[in-house]
Parts: sequence; C-alpha cells; structure tokens
Amino acid sequence: MKKALSPQAAAALVPDGARIMIGGFMGVGTPRRMIEALVAAGRRDLTLIANDTAMPGRGIGKLITARAVKRLIVSHIGLNPETQQQMNDGSLDVELMPQGTLVECIRAGGMGLGGVVTPTGLGTGLENGKRILEIDGKRFLLEAPIRADFAVIAARQSDYLGNLEYSLTAQNFNPIMAMSADIVIAEPEHIVPVGVIPPDAVRTPAILVDQLIERSH
Amino acid sequence: MTPKERIARRVAQEIEPGTLVNLGIGLPSLVASYVPTDAGVFFQSENGVIGLGARPPEGMEDPDLTDAGGGFVTAVPGAAAIDSAMSFGLIRGGHIDLTVLGGLQVDETGHLANWMIPGKMVPGMGGAMDLATGARRVIVAMQHVANGVSKVVRTCDLPLTSNRPIDLLVTDMAVFEVARSRLILKEIAPGLTLEDLRTATDARFETADDPVTMA
Repeated sequence: MKKALSPQAAAALVPDGARIMIGGFMGVGTPRRMIEALVAAGRRDLTLIANDTAMPGRGIGKLITARAVKRLIVSHIGLNPETQQQMNDGSLDVELMPQGTLVECIRAGGMGLGGVVTPTGLGTGLENGKRILEIDGKRFLLEAPIRADFAVIAARQSDYLGNLEYSLTAQNFNPIMAMSADIVIAEPEHIVPVGVIPPDAVRTPAILVDQLIERSH
Repeated sequence: MTPKERIARRVAQEIEPGTLVNLGIGLPSLVASYVPTDAGVFFQSENGVIGLGARPPEGMEDPDLTDAGGGFVTAVPGAAAIDSAMSFGLIRGGHIDLTVLGGLQVDETGHLANWMIPGKMVPGMGGAMDLATGARRVIVAMQHVANGVSKVVRTCDLPLTSNRPIDLLVTDMAVFEVARSRLILKEIAPGLTLEDLRTATDARFETADDPVTMA
C-alpha cells in the first residue's frame, strides 16, 4: 500500500530546475492540483515536457503564467498567448516537436530504446542537425529518446497500490509518461481498495507509480 | 452558404462509407456535419478517440471527453478510447484512410505549409506533420485567397509541413488533384471562368479534362 501525499507534500519533492513531464491535452487529463501546488510553492527554472501549454488559467497554463518554466518541449502552444509572448521576449526557450514524434520519444525513453526512427519531419526544417537513416530504401529521421526526473500524471482512479485506470480522452500522454521518469507522481480522481480495478482494466501497473496524491475532499 | 461551408460540403463528398477519418481543427472540422450519420464513417480525434460524436446536450458534457481543440464531444456506439502513442501509431502507420487539414499555402507541386508564419504566428505543428506524412489520403481544405493574396502558390515560402505531397485541394474557387507533382484542375466554382481562376491563382495548374462545375 502507498501513502497518499497531499499535493503540497508531493510538490516539495520537485526542486527548482527539475526536468518534469506533465500529462494532459489542452488541460484534459492533466494533474490540476499538483500543478497548482507547484505554482504555490514558487517553483522556478523547470524544464517542462508536455503536449501543450493549454491556455492561460488552465492546467499547465498556470505554470506558464507563474513563469515557473525556463525550457519547454511541446507540440503545440497555439492556444496560449502567454507562452508565445514569453518565447518572443526570450524568457522561455521553446522546442516544438511533432506530436507523434514527441510521444514516441517519451515512449522510447521509458521502453529502453535508443531512439525513434520516423518519416515525420523529413524535408522540413526539422531535419536540421539530425541524422537521416536509410532503411530498406526509405528515409527516416532519427530522434533521441526523452526522459525526465519527474512525471506527473493524472488518472481516473488508482487502487491503494497505485494501479491506474484512465478515462476516455483523459488518457493521452499519461500512461506513456508513467514509463519515462525517475519518479512518477500520480494524481487520481478516485482512490479505491485493491481489487476494485480488474487486472484487465489496469493501464499503468502500480510498480511504475512512486507517489500517489490523495484524492480531493 | 458561406465559402467555408461550400468547401466543407464538397470535401464531405470525398469521404467513403466505412472509413476512418481525421479532421483537423478549424475549417476541416465543419466537414463532419455534411457526412450522413449512417455512412459508417468513424472520426478519429488525435487526442485519443476513434468514433467522435456531436456535442453533448447542455449540462451533459464530460470533462474527460473532448476533441483535439478541447471542445466537448460525445463518443458514438462502437467508439474506442486510446492513448497518444496508439493515436499517432494509427496516424503514422497508415491506418487512417483520410485526413482533412487546413492550409496556409499549397504550392504547385502539391506541398503543404500549415503550421507557422515565422516571426508572426508560431502555434506549433501539433499533429499536422504526422497526419500530412502518414495518413493514406490527405485533403487540404482552405480558402483560395486571404487578404487579396493567393494561398495557392508557385512555391511555399512558409515552412513545409511534410515533404509528401497532398492528394486533393478543395478551395472555395476550385478543386485540384495532385498528380505527378502537378496541380490538375478538376472542378471550378459556379459563376467563375477559367480566366477568373487563373487571375486569382499564383500557382500554375493543368486542365487535363474539361473542368466541371463544383458541386
């Protein structure tokens, strides 16, 4: 059984300057309470890996507004003008990656693979400085795996051990990120006794989850 | 009917029954409303659902069920929820029959630019590069002219989305097929002459057969 931490106690584990990946897609399936605790703790200089920065006032957007992030690796910032403004004034270093490449590089990081070999980005500006491999007559870009110190993920429910089940489009990057960080912090909406989640429904096995955030009351 | 609605209605005619289709955000998302609900078409949304349905009734929205633009949706019977790796595996792996994308520019060799205007608008590519590279068929739906400037150009001067040419371009003025790295005019909007279209279009294009009037 795991001890459920408050969001504040979990945020205290994450130091300034940490490399952190956070699940969610436009604020859906994102660990909202943990993000708020990181903002409240005044975190600075984070390297953040996520699909997007949602919008101001929502999910990851709150970390951008709080200027907690120094470097950002994402696929989309189009709905958050604050991210674009910080990028333009030079206070935020933004690396944009195709969404499929981003998620697969995170997957590779967690699966023990040495890279991702993808056709996406060939013949575009993304080729610059990257190796091109030719395999069976087809050309591919070689992209490096991505890992982080912390993955903070959201789930619909967890059991007392930390087995996780997700909901609909709130899955997105969460089960992938659960593989790819040294410390995985899960924020479930519900926590249920062991056995309530049938083995077939477990998408992230408890062995991957290091810390569980208590449910909100 | 607005120009955007005309484009969406024409694109919908390209959707075959029983296929899996991804619609981009913006103009392409209008296409769904012109596809008969009994056509057996499943819409994929790259944030993680196959079988995207219409907006739910007021008060019935599920915060865990949205489209790629973050708007509330439903899931149709037979739908499946998937994670982002599976979602993009389907896209890159050629399991999506058709994607419809918006465009900033399409050039006369059929190349698409739709993800940034350097120095002005840098939203990020999101899923566009994977979709333009991996879907089995790529249709671009966009207005022909923006602020008096043709979006159908000789060579894209905006950054490309993919080195793979698109298959079909549908605008409010015409429908072009891409074949052998050329644009072939297939249909022209009602009331427009070929001369009108050439004047409004920066790109060169071929007229293989007599172009028919756009439906």
